[in-house]
Amino acid sequence: MAAKGKTVPLTGNYAIAEAMRQINPDVVAAYPITPQTSIVETFSKFANDGRVDTEIVRVESEHSAMSACVGASMAGARAMTATCSAGLALMYEIVGVASGLRCPIVMPVANRAISAPINIHCDHSDSMGARDLGWIQIYNETAQEAYENVFLALKLAEHPDIQLPVMVCEDGFITSHCVQNVRIYDDAVMKKFAGERKPIHSLLDLKEPISVGAIELQDYFFETKRQQQDAMEKVPKVYLEVAEELSKITGNKYGFFEEYKMKDAEAVIVTMSSAAGTTRAVVDKMRNEGKKVGLLKIRLFRPFPYEEVARALSKAKNVAVLDRSMSFGAHAPLYGEIRNALYEMEKKPGLQSYVFGLGGRDLLESHVRQAFNDMLTGKVSREKRYLGLREASE
Amino acid sequence: MKAEKFPTEKQTVKKQGWKDIPEGGIITRAASAKMNKTGSWRAFRPVIDESKCINCAMCVLNCPDNAIPFRDGKRGPVNLDYCKGCGICASVCPVKCIKMEEETKFRK
Repeated sequence: MAAKGKTVPLTGNYAIAEAMRQINPDVVAAYPITPQTSIVETFSKFANDGRVDTEIVRVESEHSAMSACVGASMAGARAMTATCSAGLALMYEIVGVASGLRCPIVMPVANRAISAPINIHCDHSDSMGARDLGWIQIYNETAQEAYENVFLALKLAEHPDIQLPVMVCEDGFITSHCVQNVRIYDDAVMKKFAGERKPIHSLLDLKEPISVGAIELQDYFFETKRQQQDAMEKVPKVYLEVAEELSKITGNKYGFFEEYKMKDAEAVIVTMSSAAGTTRAVVDKMRNEGKKVGLLKIRLFRPFPYEEVARALSKAKNVAVLDRSMSFGAHAPLYGEIRNALYEMEKKPGLQSYVFGLGGRDLLESHVRQAFNDMLTGKVSREKRYLGLREASE
Repeated sequence: MKAEKFPTEKQTVKKQGWKDIPEGGIITRAASAKMNKTGSWRAFRPVIDESKCINCAMCVLNCPDNAIPFRDGKRGPVNLDYCKGCGICASVCPVKCIKMEEETKFRK
């Protein structure tokens, strides 16, 4: 059933809080950190005004926030939190516990740089640093996408075949604090979509008592980790099922990635989150100039859709990958994955890494244009390139 | 020294594969800790001189593994399936009737 909803001017954080209001989770335990704060601040107002039944747990740190969520989740509750940057770093230990114990916790992340130097603005170094902790990661370009993907994440996380936590990432300040038009769908429809969590096991189930968090040493730890990999491998199928269900409400598409003017594109930029908006604008302008350029916007980063990405890039001549974080001493995270995806292809496109936007540095149209022009003229190499970085004093 | 001879209990347990165990390492039955016989960790064994024991139950109360039983007003023998050999019983015994002896002496 399609839901009309209403279009309202909202920040990304407010839109995410609206999704949480409609979901009405049993427990939200969180600690404020810029630029995530207004998600939980807004949600707390909803709770205070009696618009949700959620038990808000005011904890003393993110380590405790995730710990409270894990406890609640293992007790069968629908638990949520939100964080970024230093907060994500502080909860790191329990982030691994959440996925290891198979807690379907949904956590919005307003991407922000990891210190030092201290910086409150956007890059992806926080969630990229946590990419191997066993969480599903969905990156969102707009407030609308973030709002809708909170619902997708919830149903994906709680699916009996999955039982894994999900990070729903938006760009700090750029998306979290900028006001955009967001269509908030009808409460009744979204509440029905969210439904109730049906836990497989619960600490509060007296008929089937369980122990949680017991030690596993050389004898069983390996097997438990193998199960997590199995669940991750089942994500793509369930993701598309949930996406189809959500699409019936919103009319929007939720592929692993978005292909924009890719059909005959010779030069392609692969990127994520808000940078895709800038890139799309440049694609439109350059298309008007007759240049065959296109955009591949990755949404699902964990698990990474290697085969599908390889197919999508199979016709491109040259591909530029724009990363908003670095992996010091290694390939930048997204570039590394694209490089992996292309390995099995017989006819590989040229591939070039660009890092941009660290610590909130703006990605300008001229930067995107520069990357496209490099791809159109075959300037592809294995060197690491940087967009918007000063090589010398101005 | 024939230390390589123990532990043996765990080696005989048939282990399950990743497809057969509950997800997230949860334990789905009560009192499963009983299966984990920690006595195999023991390097020293408490040996009680019954002629000196005054049956005060200090060892019973202080044993962190509840490995010393107390029934019908009498202390029983140390349960060696679970005694880790920590020596707390010997330490708290007011008449010093518990002696910690090297486990290898008993495993020949």
